[in-house]
Amino acid sequence: MPKLTIDDMEVTVEAGTSLLQAAEQLGIEVPRFCYHDRLSVAGNCRMCLMEVEGAPKLAASCTAPCGEDMKVHTKSEKVKTAQKGVMEMMLINHPLDCPICDQGGECDLQDQSVAYGFDRSRFLDNKRSVKNKDLGPLVKTTMTRCIHCTRCVRFGEEVAGIEELGVLNRGEHLEIGTYVEQMITSELSGNLVDVCPVGALTSKPYAFKARPWELTKTETIDVMDAVGSNIRVDSRGNEVLRVLPRLHEDVNEEWISDKTRHACDGLKMGRLDKPYLKNSKGKLKPVSWNDAFEAISAKIKVTDGSKIAAVVGDLCDCESIMALKDVMHLLGSPHLECRSDGSKFNPYIPSGYNFNTSIAGVEDADLIILIGTNPRLEAAMLNARIYKNWRDNKVKVAVIGSHIDVNYPYVHLGTGSETLQDLIAGKHDFDETLKNAKKPMLILGTGATMRNDGLAVHALACEFAEHYNMIQDDWNGFNLLHMSASRMGALALGFTPKLENGGHDLDGIVKASSKGNLDILYVMGADDLPFDKLGDDTFVIYQGHHGDKGAAHADVVLPSVAYTEKNATYINTEGRVQIARKATFPVGDAKEDWTILRSLSAYLGRPLPYDNLLELRERMVQENDLFNHVDEVIAQPWNKVIASDISVNKVPFKLPMADFYQTNVICRASGTMQECTDAFFSANIKKRRVNG
Amino acid sequence: MGSVAIKKIEQPKSFKFSKANLDKIEKILAKYPSNQKASAVMPLLDLVQRQHQNWIPEVAMEEIARILEMPRIKVFEVATFYTMYNLKPVGEYLIQLCTTTPCWLCGSADIVKACEDHLGIKVGETSKDGKFTLVEVECLGACVNAPMIQVNDDYYEDLTAENMIELLEHLKTGDDITVGSQTGRTGSCAEAGPTTLESHAKKAKIKMAEIEEDK
Repeated sequence: MPKLTIDDMEVTVEAGTSLLQAAEQLGIEVPRFCYHDRLSVAGNCRMCLMEVEGAPKLAASCTAPCGEDMKVHTKSEKVKTAQKGVMEMMLINHPLDCPICDQGGECDLQDQSVAYGFDRSRFLDNKRSVKNKDLGPLVKTTMTRCIHCTRCVRFGEEVAGIEELGVLNRGEHLEIGTYVEQMITSELSGNLVDVCPVGALTSKPYAFKARPWELTKTETIDVMDAVGSNIRVDSRGNEVLRVLPRLHEDVNEEWISDKTRHACDGLKMGRLDKPYLKNSKGKLKPVSWNDAFEAISAKIKVTDGSKIAAVVGDLCDCESIMALKDVMHLLGSPHLECRSDGSKFNPYIPSGYNFNTSIAGVEDADLIILIGTNPRLEAAMLNARIYKNWRDNKVKVAVIGSHIDVNYPYVHLGTGSETLQDLIAGKHDFDETLKNAKKPMLILGTGATMRNDGLAVHALACEFAEHYNMIQDDWNGFNLLHMSASRMGALALGFTPKLENGGHDLDGIVKASSKGNLDILYVMGADDLPFDKLGDDTFVIYQGHHGDKGAAHADVVLPSVAYTEKNATYINTEGRVQIARKATFPVGDAKEDWTILRSLSAYLGRPLPYDNLLELRERMVQENDLFNHVDEVIAQPWNKVIASDISVNKVPFKLPMADFYQTNVICRASGTMQECTDAFFSANIKKRRVNG
Repeated sequence: MGSVAIKKIEQPKSFKFSKANLDKIEKILAKYPSNQKASAVMPLLDLVQRQHQNWIPEVAMEEIARILEMPRIKVFEVATFYTMYNLKPVGEYLIQLCTTTPCWLCGSADIVKACEDHLGIKVGETSKDGKFTLVEVECLGACVNAPMIQVNDDYYEDLTAENMIELLEHLKTGDDITVGSQTGRTGSCAEAGPTTLESHAKKAKIKMAEIEEDK
């Protein structure tokens, strides 16, 4: 624990702390370009120079470790002159194009030039220019602005696991480039824009849209996957212009996936802004809220509760799920379903549907078994943790199911449930490795449960977890990975088939409908249901915010709001309750989801017992104590999932996600996501076809 | 020689190391720990260049990345950093003309001119017959015998416009090539013979002559 003095202040730090980190602990501002908290230290920008008494030269504080009794000055004349010099050098080849640069206003170079630089340039020669690189549809490059800090290269190597960016040539000709002009393919490429301290890498979809000081910043939660990344939504007027990551060490650190970041233009397109009702000719026509509610309540009043079902889709918040559950309870419907993708895991045992290890806990595992899942697509931030664990500790990864395209090596154990059986029976070569692991974990994906024998596979995976010591006193290695933001919330609130009253799951609901035994189906934001299999007699009420498949098949459409337009609660896949905040106002006549249900209950003559969000949240706490613990992960006591029918079929596990960029209504409405699909996905398919 | 330049060049479709080179690679890899194979990237790039008409094609860099289990961008970084790796085709003889101060003071400008005139190409170009490529380089560290040039692996020193042209002719035909000083000077001995310690020099000369004969 060296003790040293920085700017006449004493500080004791952990051994190995750099001078820069020590100065930061004292609250001293240290200018820097290449140093980044989460990346390895490069020490190439020389902006963080400090004067160490007794040392012949100034030290780059990001690389210099603290020593006992060091006397360090960060603001001495010598340091200031040197930093001025560094700034002047830095600006030699940097264009003076701040007025047309998107980084303007949030540019490290601009800020530090004002604070530490020289107010004029003495450089008389021509500035060099560098050809721009094609980094795909999300990252715009202006390489002439690059100051060669290599943050992007290090981010690619250390976080995203794409070793495609590099430093080419040398000296005056040095530039950042890709291998012979190839496009980078990563689901985390948007973060390159964040790490770039200058305007060399900027966001392509956001190009020339706004200046940072014009934007209203709202700290909220992402719903594109079940990770619940912490985000900041930047809006101007009623338009969401961009989404940026927000620091949360245990969830997304300070990164977000490209879908989280760039799907926001879908919030403007294809929105439902008025209630619609199907007329006698079978066409949806805009109507007033009053007419829509009248039509629904007229239908409901003559229908028996057992012939009503409700399905919750992937983007719904806990408040609206609670309200829908209460409405269904009033109507006496046992058919509640939140597994809108048709997966069949057991939804009644919390430890069975939770991501028990927690996202941060993935870093402690020494063996990871992926079963029927590709975390890179299904939960990009979780995959970044697995990559980090592999990079730092060379964690062993094994896959059961289809081969997957991930950025770490893995062992392929088998394709389906019989591999799990073989392993439990000790008939597999991998048995020994599993037995020797201290902290093994498995991730059971939707690919393994989205099949007829899903429940049996779920039980088998629990058996497997117990057999291989994944359940210990202080370690729970059993994880179910969800793909949708609403799933955990719905499960926690018990939006599941009421088996004791003969409740159907999704298959049952669809079957009942096709047989004419279902009169009303209330669809809240579920657009991937097999609508064409529903019977003609089923009256479909669709409540949602985008005119996608659900609205197209509905008899009544109730316009609600998207995730940036409401104060709401979400639970992520590890059971973390998080509060999202409203950034913009609803579109047209759309209303917040829970208020729609509240109004509907009034039309039915049995108003729900809550009139505002606080009362509703109290109701949620009644339903599940989890809602008392905002932003905490509560360890679930282990209960094994048991299936009555344990026969599994030999069909290999299929991956549930076909296209990373087209998974929900917001992405599908987004032009940027379409471009990504065209650029990355279609190209890949073509390549695969050529390769046979 | 950045990525931009490479794109325009017609690249071969495949590259395979020769049997002899594969044996060499085995020996090179033995020098490094098996988890740090990437250390061998520079000698391997050199092997490619020697096997493949003095330049390194894209496919060869991919092959190296595969053998050394490293990302190909890392191979590319090294290859673009060092000017001695040629990433585009060059002539059979890559003539590196030193024009740094000592050589320039001794008349390297004449040597450059002689080469350009005789071969009918400018610095940076390759002759039509594919025999010669001229490049200008910084000090190669043989200033004592300036002006000098490097052709492939060898140094040619004590050049004048005349003997430069002679040398080019010899290179063209491939016979009678004298490596080193073109004026017959031994090592870096003073041009007009030794002026001090003559007795020692005499002794030394005799000795050297003996060594020459022994060879």
